[in-house]
Amino acid sequence: MKTSRVSSANPLVMLWNSVIGKKIVMAVTGAVLVLFVIAHMLGNLKVYGGQQTMNAYARFLREMGWPILGHEEGLWAVRIILLVCVVLHVTAATQLTRLSWQARPQEYHEWKGLASTFASRTMRWGGVLLLVFIVFHILHMTFGVVGFSPGQFKHLAVYQNVVAGFSVWPVSLFYIVAMVALGLHLDHGIWSAIQTLGFNSGRNEHVLKLVSRAIAVIVVLGFISVPVSVMVGWVR
Amino acid sequence: MKFTLRIWRQKSREAPGKFVTYQVDGITPDMSFLEMLDVLNEELLARGEDPVAFEHDCREGICGSCGFLINGLAHGGRRGTTVCQLSMRFFKDGETLTLEPWRARAFPVVRDLIVDRSAFDRIIQAGGFISAPVGSAPDANAILVPKDIADTAFEAAACIGCGACVAACPNASAMLFTAAKLVHLNVLPQGQPQRYQRTLNMVAAMEAEGFGSCTNHGECAAVCPKEIPLEFIGRMNRDLRRAIFRRRFERWRDATQ
Ligand code: HEM
Ligand code: FES
Repeated sequence: MKTSRVSSANPLVMLWNSVIGKKIVMAVTGAVLVLFVIAHMLGNLKVYGGQQTMNAYARFLREMGWPILGHEEGLWAVRIILLVCVVLHVTAATQLTRLSWQARPQEYHEWKGLASTFASRTMRWGGVLLLVFIVFHILHMTFGVVGFSPGQFKHLAVYQNVVAGFSVWPVSLFYIVAMVALGLHLDHGIWSAIQTLGFNSGRNEHVLKLVSRAIAVIVVLGFISVPVSVMVGWVR
Repeated sequence: MKFTLRIWRQKSREAPGKFVTYQVDGITPDMSFLEMLDVLNEELLARGEDPVAFEHDCREGICGSCGFLINGLAHGGRRGTTVCQLSMRFFKDGETLTLEPWRARAFPVVRDLIVDRSAFDRIIQAGGFISAPVGSAPDANAILVPKDIADTAFEAAACIGCGACVAACPNASAMLFTAAKLVHLNVLPQGQPQRYQRTLNMVAAMEAEGFGSCTNHGECAAVCPKEIPLEFIGRMNRDLRRAIFRRRFERWRDATQ
């Protein structure tokens, strides 16, 4: 047999140079981001424990791993891992999308779907929206440079920042819209990652899709509850 | 039965194509879709016009020659059915049917509803075989194959290479076809010696043809006339992952010994 184009000295280079390999990279980085999103959603529920609980949790995040890790070292490790995952995930998605667009230069005049879902068909533009959201969100809740009046945002006063931040309704609305996009992304994304990694046995396919949808719904409701609670005055 | 047909007509690969509308009458419900086109072509020939070119051979759903989109659905979208096996009784009398060829960069139109699927042949050539010494045929029970493995291999081997998976895929990806061909040999004992080399070679051949990238919509499996399951794509990916990393571990082992 002739040697293949997929071959390379380094297996990680080999993985990245293959179309399927890039999908595997997307699945693995996506799985890391899913775990983060679940943890983040659960962390956000601390807001219902009140100001003390929420702000203590924010301080804990900066002392994670103490005394083995120093101040903010654990936090920065997580931040770096997440950044690497987002960059790989988005780069692979962009390249594979371009490939797929080139693969059908002439569109059908009529095409009907039998199996694809609204979620599966909105992965690309929904993903772009999530990227915009992530940038906005870090500028908003981490740095406090957008969405707050001058002097309103206080580092580590997370509870007060959440209340002040979500008292601005267009900001809350944007969060809610972005979380719906996240839900759609997860609904197809979790099941798709499992399928790409080869854990679909055919017989468990409908269970995997159900679990994927359940996680998506729970994560989205958890996230959305916070801006909603602030707006209706349950959290203030 | 009567039908209005909107058919994609294109003289050659380079020529621009367009839809042309035809009327057919006197169709009986037990005719197959291709027989309905035969009726149309008889009329076109009688009028001195070019008949509609479509591919066909066995007309019993086993050769994989036929196929085009009917109203936006590959092979008409009926479960486990090729267009040659599709009866006209599934359509409403007087209905308008739109016929369009498979569309993919890797499948250029040859004429009308016929596309060039030689990309599939090149994928098969890259690894769709096992290397065995020739000579007298071995005893049928010399290599025992467990029932579940035989069933899986058979399910994969049912692929007729019609190209409906690529056609229905919003990404024009050939993952289901390549997966079926790989799974067929990769699960059998006879396929083991070349399993990972075969995977690397067939995946590389597939990627070189300019097909798109799978996003697990599942449209391919939904239109597949042989009902190849989506699960096979996962098996192919798993074998590719192993092929890539196993080789590294072998090298690593060699280097450390
Ligand atoms: C309504 C939903 C959300 C709320 C209320 C929320 C709230 C917050 C808050 C308050 C912080 C700052 C924590 C601190 O500084 O201690 C934060 C950080 C962060 N959030 Fe969210 N978040 C939401 C959704 C999301 C989503 C969907 C993602 C990702 C897809 C995300 C990604 C991040 C990231 C990456 C950080 C860390 C930034 C950094 O450490 O510099 N968030 N979030
Ligand atoms: S003509 Fe052989 S499968 Fe349809």
